[in-house]
Amino acid sequence: MATATDTPATPPPQHTIHILPAPFTHSPLTLLAQGAEALVYRTVFLTPHTPCVLKYRPPKPYRHPILDKRLTKARLLAEARVLVKCRKDGVTVPAVLGLDAENGWMVLEWVEGGSVRGVLDGWVAGGGRFEGVEAGNGVWGLMRRIGRAVGRVHDIGVCHGDLTTSNLMVRTGASAVRGESEGPQTQTQMQRPKRLTPSALREAAMTSDAPPVFELPPEEPPPPPSKAQSTSDLEGDIVLIDFGLATQTVQDEDRAVDLYVLERAFAATHPGAEALFQEVLRSYGESYKGGRSVLRKLEDVRLRGRKRSMLG
Amino acid sequence: MAAVRTFVLPHYPEYPIQIALFKDVTNAAFLRSQLLEANSDFDYAFIDASMILTPTHLLSPVFLSLHLHLTTRLKTRTPHSEIIFRLHPNNNIGESYRKFGISDTTTTLIAVRLSLTPDVTRESVAKHLGDVVEGTSVDVGERGEMLGEWGDVGLVRKVYKLGDGGGAKGKKGAKGVAIGGGVDERREMESVILGIMAIKGL
Ligand SMILES: Nc1ncnc2c1ncn2[C@@H]1O[C@H](COP(=O)(O)OP(=O)(O)OP(=O)(O)O)[C@@H](O)[C@H]1O
Ligand SMILES: [Mg+2]
Repeated sequence: MATATDTPATPPPQHTIHILPAPFTHSPLTLLAQGAEALVYRTVFLTPHTPCVLKYRPPKPYRHPILDKRLTKARLLAEARVLVKCRKDGVTVPAVLGLDAENGWMVLEWVEGGSVRGVLDGWVAGGGRFEGVEAGNGVWGLMRRIGRAVGRVHDIGVCHGDLTTSNLMVRTGASAVRGESEGPQTQTQMQRPKRLTPSALREAAMTSDAPPVFELPPEEPPPPPSKAQSTSDLEGDIVLIDFGLATQTVQDEDRAVDLYVLERAFAATHPGAEALFQEVLRSYGESYKGGRSVLRKLEDVRLRGRKRSMLG
Repeated sequence: MAAVRTFVLPHYPEYPIQIALFKDVTNAAFLRSQLLEANSDFDYAFIDASMILTPTHLLSPVFLSLHLHLTTRLKTRTPHSEIIFRLHPNNNIGESYRKFGISDTTTTLIAVRLSLTPDVTRESVAKHLGDVVEGTSVDVGERGEMLGEWGDVGLVRKVYKLGDGGGAKGKKGAKGVAIGGGVDERREMESVILGIMAIKGL
């Protein structure tokens, strides 16, 4: 048993407040998430009624400052370029509203809605079961839209690189286009404090270089599931986010790896949803010309993945 | 006195932006000559309104210019020339002026003035522009609604290479920024244009 004189095995986490670069240094922002690489805030940009996401990649203290700056700049720029290409080619991703790659920040269009992960969790909480879903259920349509969305990105020659159920969002409200439905908003109105998501917490806990940026709020119970909400949330465009690891490629191999990553992500966050995921793949295969050959390649990739996990 | 609206960019509240719009302008050649002579009374971004699609299409390069000025990274001589430069997708300053800046034949004109010093106020700008611009002053509206009113969708599409909404890359309707006219087309174009301006020259 530990006594008062014991030195703790691990030092208490350092709750540093990141100082944001100009022009956000003195703006009161709402932290949405802290991933391995980036801090994500909600704020407004260009006009007081244009909600947006600020993605900031803080300097890594263990890296040489000049090298760090160069790497951060290159990665942000690559991410922004892919997003602009997607948007230009009609793929639903958040628009890039602003960028200062040198200082590590990018501003993206706000996507109103939730992640596929959250939406499926909500569906389950509202009584949905992954096994034996009846034909007319809206969740099938959701799977088809996911398949088509991934097919669209691949069709324009982009691989996402990190296709998880958190990086796919379901946009709620048909005209959830920038600020349209919202009146002028003051900054104080926008400061609804939000908790870090469980996955962000986990990520933060796993990375030693990125300590949590503020005191974690006390546990609060999840909102009660509402049936009306969980069915309507299944509707809406799929918006792909987080292109931090994206590449421009037309190799079937890369595309198949993208699908494999998504398959594993689905299995991890929604055990039992294998049959549903087949519908993602089916509609992916039909969504563009090269789709079927990627699905064949996926079988090789799976096999290799299994061998690797047996060795490991 | 010209109608001038003051815009405040989120995160830069201490640097208001004065914006005015004129139609039926008859002395564009004179105004342009004052810029060429670097007359310090004419410290404005004079933009041909046919090249501005939406209020945000203008506010974005204004933000970039202000931000780069305050962090001492301007690529051009002044924050006002930087606004013109930031509007263009490429890094050629002359080309930026030719495409977006006032020309001798400009008839609808947007004037932007950053209030970087206390003497530049809405009143001082309204008075000066009222004195020097020969044309009809148009109130741009509280949210700048009128700023895109004279925007030429075809010209803007061309300068940013947004394709014709499908044919550009061979596949019908599959690629390129949506066409169809109206608010949705403009908003979709704006979303791409803001990105193009943000990633340029980096
Ligand atoms: N455009 C957006 N609109 C609304 N919410 C967003 C948007 N972009 C990101 N988010 C929210 O912020 C979270 C984190 O964003 P994102 O996935 O881009 O960052 P990250 O995973 O920390 O980045 P990286 O993987 O590059 O370290 C998302 O899961 C989502 O909840
Ligand atoms: Mg993510």
